[in-house]
Amino acid sequence: MKLLEFLKRERKKSASVAKERLQIIVAHQRSQRGQPDYMPLLERELLEVIRRYVHVDDNAIQISLDSEDNCSVLELNVTLPKS
Amino acid sequence: MAKIIVVTSGKGGVGKTTSAAAISTGLALRGKKTVVIDFDVGLRNLDLIMGCERRVVYDLVNVIQGEAGLNQALIRDKRVENLYILPASQTRDKDALTQEGVAEILEKLKEDFDFIICDSPAGIERGAQLAMYFADEAIVVTNPEVSSVRDSDRILGLLASKTQRAERGGDPIKEHLLITRYNPERVTTGDMLTLEDIREILSVHLLGLIPESEAVLRASNQGVPVTHDAASDAGQAYSDTVSRLLGEELPLRFHEVQRKSLLSRMFGGSRR
Repeated sequence: MKLLEFLKRERKKSASVAKERLQIIVAHQRSQRGQPDYMPLLERELLEVIRRYVHVDDNAIQISLDSEDNCSVLELNVTLPKS
Repeated sequence: MAKIIVVTSGKGGVGKTTSAAAISTGLALRGKKTVVIDFDVGLRNLDLIMGCERRVVYDLVNVIQGEAGLNQALIRDKRVENLYILPASQTRDKDALTQEGVAEILEKLKEDFDFIICDSPAGIERGAQLAMYFADEAIVVTNPEVSSVRDSDRILGLLASKTQRAERGGDPIKEHLLITRYNPERVTTGDMLTLEDIREILSVHLLGLIPESEAVLRASNQGVPVTHDAASDAGQAYSDTVSRLLGEELPLRFHEVQRKSLLSRMFGGSRR
């Protein structure tokens, strides 16, 4: 049985590639669920503004909107490179 | 109290209409008074799958616009008692559907029927949103294929946010996963997502699994919902699906490679 499993694993099957890709894209989709439509644009523009001063990577910025009882908090996380 | 169930998927061509026809037929065969509504305005096809395309006189849009009464537009199924079809309009565009109009029709149908099955169009536009808006339960039809699974996840997001139940904040819509066109042979060779993979990615309760089957095309060719083909694998799988929808617990079938018997191997052409 072990040998069979070993032989089976030798070539990565296309279904497992599909599963991995889906897990990533679905997680990304879910993180955007329920957030307002303007968030992707806001994220991009904020990144542009920051780039006028410091060079940062595309994925160095994280933005999230959390709603509490009667207010929403926009959280912005930027990782700056060491100067 | 009538239950409104939307059959939806996001992606087109995965088997929404086939499933809506098969499930509503199965419900009616068990004595549940059922109506199935085509929400695909402009591209109706439920009438063809149900085999009543030549009996369409009035449609959903006619009723919404007050040009016909609901009873004039409802088509009684010729094969099963208790089954009615409300076709979509072929000539109008999808803007002819209004939320108020749909709400009014559903309210009236609720008085007479046990189950109202809404066959959603593909996509996430108005027609699809209206088909799901008033639903109590949703059947998300998914093929074991990346684009279909991704779109199903999008639809699950919409079911949880853009529906009446979501907006009112009561009990959420009950979501069911229906996997169609499943091919156990390809799953075994590692070239098709397994049902566990799909269930894990979408994390939705599995209502049923329909194998890829020649019976489905044969059924649509003839305009006879595949549930009537009780000898076929797909017919039986839809019948199981209906039982689970009605609360029975049944083990899954047709998810493993079927060993051919010696006889069918010798004579070939086993009817599936």
